[in-house]
Amino acid sequence: MTFKTSMLTAAALLALVAPAVAADAPGVTATEIKIGNTEAYSGPASAYGAIGKGESAFWTMINEQGGVAGRKINFISVDDGYNPAKTVEQTRKLVEQDGVAFLFNALGTPTNSAVHKYLNQKNIPQLFVATGADKWGDYKDFPWTMGWQPSYRTEAQIYAKYILKEKPNAKIAILYQNDDFGKDYVAGVKDVLGDKYAKMVVKEATYETSDPTIDSQVVTLQASGADTLITAAIPKFAAQTIRKVYDIGWRPTHFLTNVSLSVAAVMLPAGAEKGIGVITSNYGKDATDPAWKDDPGMNEWRAFMKKYMPGADMSDNNFVYAYGVSLTMLQVLKQCNGDFSRQNVMKQAANIHDLVLPTALPGVKVNTSPTNFHPIRQMQLQKWDGKTWVRFGDVISGAGS
Amino acid sequence: MATLDTSRPAAAELFAGLSLRTWKLVGLAAVLVAACILPFVISSYQLLLATQVIVYAVALLGLNILTGYNGQFSLGHGAFYAIGAYTTAILLDKTGIPYWATIPAAGMICLVMGFLFGLPALRLEGHYLALATFALAFAMPQLLKFKDFDFLTGGVQGIVITAPDPPAGLPIRADQWLYFFCLLWTVLLFLLGWNLLRGRTGRALVAIRDHPLAAATMGIDTARYKSFTFGVSAMYTGIAGALGALLAQFVSPDSFDLFLSIRFLVGIVVGGLASMGGVFFGAIFIEFVPNIADQLSKAAPQALYGGVLIACMYVMPSGVAGLVRGIGLRLKRWTAAGPP
Amino acid sequence: MQALLHQVLSGLANGGIYASVALALVMIYQSTHHVNFAQGEMATFSTYIAWQMINLGLPYWVAFLLTLVFAFVMGVAIERIIVRPFYKAPALSVVAVFIGLLLVINSLSGAIFDYTIKPFPSPFPTDAWYGSPYLSSHEVGMIFVTLVVLALVFAFFRFTPLGLAMRAAAENPVSSRLVGVRVGWMLALGWGLAGLIGAVAGMMTAPIVYLDPYMMFSVLLYGFAGALLGGIDNAWGAVLGGFIVGVLQNLAGAYLVGTELMVTVALVIIVGILVIKPAGLFGRTIVTRV
Repeated sequence: MTFKTSMLTAAALLALVAPAVAADAPGVTATEIKIGNTEAYSGPASAYGAIGKGESAFWTMINEQGGVAGRKINFISVDDGYNPAKTVEQTRKLVEQDGVAFLFNALGTPTNSAVHKYLNQKNIPQLFVATGADKWGDYKDFPWTMGWQPSYRTEAQIYAKYILKEKPNAKIAILYQNDDFGKDYVAGVKDVLGDKYAKMVVKEATYETSDPTIDSQVVTLQASGADTLITAAIPKFAAQTIRKVYDIGWRPTHFLTNVSLSVAAVMLPAGAEKGIGVITSNYGKDATDPAWKDDPGMNEWRAFMKKYMPGADMSDNNFVYAYGVSLTMLQVLKQCNGDFSRQNVMKQAANIHDLVLPTALPGVKVNTSPTNFHPIRQMQLQKWDGKTWVRFGDVISGAGS
Repeated sequence: MATLDTSRPAAAELFAGLSLRTWKLVGLAAVLVAACILPFVISSYQLLLATQVIVYAVALLGLNILTGYNGQFSLGHGAFYAIGAYTTAILLDKTGIPYWATIPAAGMICLVMGFLFGLPALRLEGHYLALATFALAFAMPQLLKFKDFDFLTGGVQGIVITAPDPPAGLPIRADQWLYFFCLLWTVLLFLLGWNLLRGRTGRALVAIRDHPLAAATMGIDTARYKSFTFGVSAMYTGIAGALGALLAQFVSPDSFDLFLSIRFLVGIVVGGLASMGGVFFGAIFIEFVPNIADQLSKAAPQALYGGVLIACMYVMPSGVAGLVRGIGLRLKRWTAAGPP
Repeated sequence: MQALLHQVLSGLANGGIYASVALALVMIYQSTHHVNFAQGEMATFSTYIAWQMINLGLPYWVAFLLTLVFAFVMGVAIERIIVRPFYKAPALSVVAVFIGLLLVINSLSGAIFDYTIKPFPSPFPTDAWYGSPYLSSHEVGMIFVTLVVLALVFAFFRFTPLGLAMRAAAENPVSSRLVGVRVGWMLALGWGLAGLIGAVAGMMTAPIVYLDPYMMFSVLLYGFAGALLGGIDNAWGAVLGGFIVGVLQNLAGAYLVGTELMVTVALVIIVGILVIKPAGLFGRTIVTRV
């Protein structure tokens, strides 16, 4: 074989191999895996931009440690301003222009809904979306989409079951944000109470994120004579609610969404003593809860933050969230064993067994299977004692419909 | 037609043997040809952006008719964009109406809505009108997700729709077809707008803007013209919304927040008030500058966007159209003086 | 009945927030005839400065005064550097500049101070005699402060030569210049004072709604509605308008349509009133001479 023919053969071989790789594993080369993400870096949901920043830092750390299977992670995170129309545009940029292998932890329910069909039609994994809506576990109709955290609806079911057991004659008031997040809580309570909903829930009130305060709503709910309150509100309004409920001398059994269990961003601004007795449930550890001051798992997170996100707000739970969900992604990539085709990534994502995250509560494990697209389904109830969240009862497995 | 040209002495002037008017027509034809070739030379993603730009241009033209030509201030045109988008989405979701028929339906509904909104708005001016329209944009998402309308609007979950297929036998992709479909509407609406604005109606609108009292004295029915303008303006923006819904294939209350209305206002100011060509520059600005800002800074993309906006206003206080007009004037002066 | 009283009082508390922002809008309108859309963001940013100083250990009132100085200087600086070149530009170009400012300041607040909410201290003791379950001591204190600022603004424009000069500069710059008013500085001064009043509003609002970059975003809209409802050309009308908006909103939500359409109905009522009385409830009707 002459030099020339051997070159030709090599070229022909390359020509055969190269497109084969590109067709099988788009977004993956011998040295790199491209991962896409849409995030709210601007607009009213910019607080969540911290998640994207934390994830960028996480993959920087992984790359410094040598990457995954010899490949560096190229994490491309773009801004959609929490606007679904922009999400469509940015997702298509990630897929068609940047050529990412898959999408990871894109933020928001309306935004992910906008590209739900597109990604499933194109067989592109839409992994571990950053929303608590229930619909991300629909493995039959949307086999390329998977959620991560327990759904809001599951959480609400847990509270409703607890109420039925401990306080069967409760008169319930629900305060919720007027969007998909809030309405999922109402749906969860309805799931459990069924026919009794109309009798037990004496009053509902909504708020808009553009309202300056929720005082009027709290007053209305108190006037209904309810003795139990379920609050599905983001931190600003959750803190206001706890304070107002206390200030007007109302003492209901108060259930609070785990979106707002941050000690630094909710319980302390509300007034530590005003929140005594508030019940929530969680799957992860709060960055600011003194209970985890010396916890090895949280220390691992703190070391990461110190090195890769110096100067960042250590009380922001979005960073804890980012770390946990990124570790889950890392586990999937490791399980891929070098085969980063979209099929295999999806297959491995649906094949996680008893993964223990350092940021998750003791006993909470990540599990998926081809018929379970709800990676975290376990939670534990906890009560605020004025200083810290005290866990009680068993780790509960939600229904996760 | 000829009477209008008298106000532009330069039109009769010759440049390289052709009148300026002919040059303009040649330029316009070239742009159209380029617009038709475009979808075959750029990527599918770039085509999405291009389609979005022409959709925004229609929306901006609508707002510009109201604000630029008629002097009525609106901070709420995102609401009409939303109504148009939802009309198309609901019709596609609930009825068997073909997609192309939903566009005029959206236009008609917005025409009526705009006209009705324009009636009380007649009594409001300046800041008061700004507040009223701003309130409309503020309230729109709340109405879209109101529980009694859930059966139509899909509530907070929104509506997923399917993009139209190209007509059978046409050998182009779906996204190319959608681009041509939007382009067709854009050309139609610009022709309609041009017809409307260059004649009697256009002069009446400008007269009302510049001197309402004098206009009324001259026998122009200001009230009728103003509410009519509101309707037409809403119709344009509504049609844009309908096209935008086909493009995004999804509508939800979050798609139409306050920022959308603000973006439209920014678009017409940057493009140039009372300019039909300027809206394209405005559309390019509101589509691309946020993307560029995002690529440059994750920490504060909006600070960058705001900074660019202020800088643009500083360089060209009358928008791109004003800048072009200024250059054109100089050119004319230069040609009038004859070559040196 | 008790619930109604409670709704009205908590509406007054919200109204106090709107009223204080409306005052800042009136200030800038009286002195420049502009409505500054970035007013709320300037107030939020000033409040962050105060928060930073208090966190560094400065006593509340020292931080309060220093923040007022900062807000005044910021207002003057923004006018002189950013807004000044646009006085001859079309009105809408100025609006675009205000929108740009809004985005820049909002984004910077978030980038510098993060988006997590921060508690902000109140100068009024929680167990003061004027506090009650219906209206906390801070809310009473805030309403009192708003009224004091209102009195000061009213007196300033009514009785001081400087206030008169500022009004003149806004009303008729050419004639004012002829009689020796330094119009340019009057405009800058108007911005400075508006910034200062905004800072007071921010520091009074933050203990109630908590400090975050979007704190004043929607408050500004309601403040704007209040100012227009009462009449943007007079300070006490604007403050009254702010209170009316607050109470109206609560009553609409509690008794009229439920909370889901509360915002919509409140806005419809406000716009409806303006359609009937275009100059606002207490505004001066300007008769145009042909």
